[in-house]
Amino acid sequence: MDRALTRIAHEILEHNGGAESLVVVGILTRGANMARRLVDAISAIEKVEVPLGLMDISLYRDDLNFNPDQPVVRATDIMFGIDGKNMILVDDVLFTGRTIRAALSQIIEFGRPDSVQLAVMVDRGHRQLPIRADYVGKNIPTSFEDNVRVYFEERDEQDGVYLYPAKAKKKSSGKSKGGGK
Amino acid sequence: MALSSRHLLQLEGTSKEDLDLILDTSVGFREILDRPIKKVPPLRGKTVVNLFYENSTRTRISFELAEKRLSADTINFSTSTSSVKKGETLRDTVRNIEAMKIDMVVVRHGSTGVPYYLTQCLDANIINAGDGTHEHPTQGLLDIFTIRQKYNKIKGLRVLLVGDIRHSRVARSNIWGLKTLGASVAVCGPTTLLPYEAEKFGIDVYTNLDEAMEGVDVVNILRIQLERQKAGLFPSQREYSNLFGITRERLKRLNKNFTIMHPGPMNRGIEITNKVADGPASVILEQVTNGQAVRMAVLYLLSNVDAHEDKAIE
Repeated sequence: MDRALTRIAHEILEHNGGAESLVVVGILTRGANMARRLVDAISAIEKVEVPLGLMDISLYRDDLNFNPDQPVVRATDIMFGIDGKNMILVDDVLFTGRTIRAALSQIIEFGRPDSVQLAVMVDRGHRQLPIRADYVGKNIPTSFEDNVRVYFEERDEQDGVYLYPAKAKKKSSGKSKGGGK
Repeated sequence: MALSSRHLLQLEGTSKEDLDLILDTSVGFREILDRPIKKVPPLRGKTVVNLFYENSTRTRISFELAEKRLSADTINFSTSTSSVKKGETLRDTVRNIEAMKIDMVVVRHGSTGVPYYLTQCLDANIINAGDGTHEHPTQGLLDIFTIRQKYNKIKGLRVLLVGDIRHSRVARSNIWGLKTLGASVAVCGPTTLLPYEAEKFGIDVYTNLDEAMEGVDVVNILRIQLERQKAGLFPSQREYSNLFGITRERLKRLNKNFTIMHPGPMNRGIEITNKVADGPASVILEQVTNGQAVRMAVLYLLSNVDAHEDKAIE
């Protein structure tokens, strides 16, 4: 994961010609952890601290009226202007693309960034919307019913990407991919 | 996470889990109020009626803004401009409004129990915005939210309510909510304005303000309704002000880092002096801002609790 993050940080800097115009926004919950790591990785290379924001997308979900178990609403924390910036939107897993759609809807209510680029740790396929990631830690082919989890040490006591096949549910039976630091 | 009820009628009997869920959700909605665009989409396509049988500025505007900021469609109803003047019954009025396909009703009424009655004859989610001398749950919630915002906890705090406790629905909602969350609650006022057997709420009761203020963290000052004087419940405004008015001198008895609250509208110079109302410990305007966040949270949480109960009155 560290190597993937460092590579993504380099790709972002190369693509945007430095860190000047960048802001990083992580989607709660684990996108926020990854965004923090990404900001650290960028500052290790460029020696600048890129503004970091957090975003809760639950009010923008398209399944609010279908899901009786409401998502817990948490505060979005974007304490800087995003007009004219190049925003790196960060999430842990890219799956159907609906979370990213919700995030994009919310972003335009905060301002008008010059560009929004998407960085994810895992792209597992099965898109239901025309959305793609600009920076990907790892592509993992999955079946739709599988469960993919990215763990961050500060939240989950370990770093790792786990794929739980559809039939088994518990962590012990999952096979580890790219785990460890 | 979901609330255990599809209506918000009172804080009495509302579980700690539900209170915590509303307060936690309010934190997320409070942040929306600081955004450049203060509008989010979760209630798109829902219609909310604000049914105000009693006058109100703060609560009605706060609810209406909360609804609009959640993208709901809102209808306002006040008795002065409606068929109530022609003698239509409450039940007929609300059933006619419901026949226009509405989803939620926010109701304020001078009679205790009207919100409960509406749950028995309507399918909509009912939110009590104040009924008689019973409860005003969203005011209680926003007061508790404001306290929690400052101290990061409720448990263990000492909260004093001063004034007309007997007729105050704000006081009742505060007492129930605060007690469920573990605060210690005291009330103080003239005997004529205290509830009968107030101790049965599980609170401390005082008629001497200086004693009551000893060791208190939060003072919530209730409005003294001037019509109560005409009813002979206290002799004069001046006497009330001398005995129960919160002045700067009296604040010395409070704990350090104390907080002054007032649900409004204030009678400056009677229950509260200007220096206290506008002082550094006053969170009176923050209460108003937080009221919107709490009401947004309540509307959002109730809108999705979908359990059609059998109605008692068809």
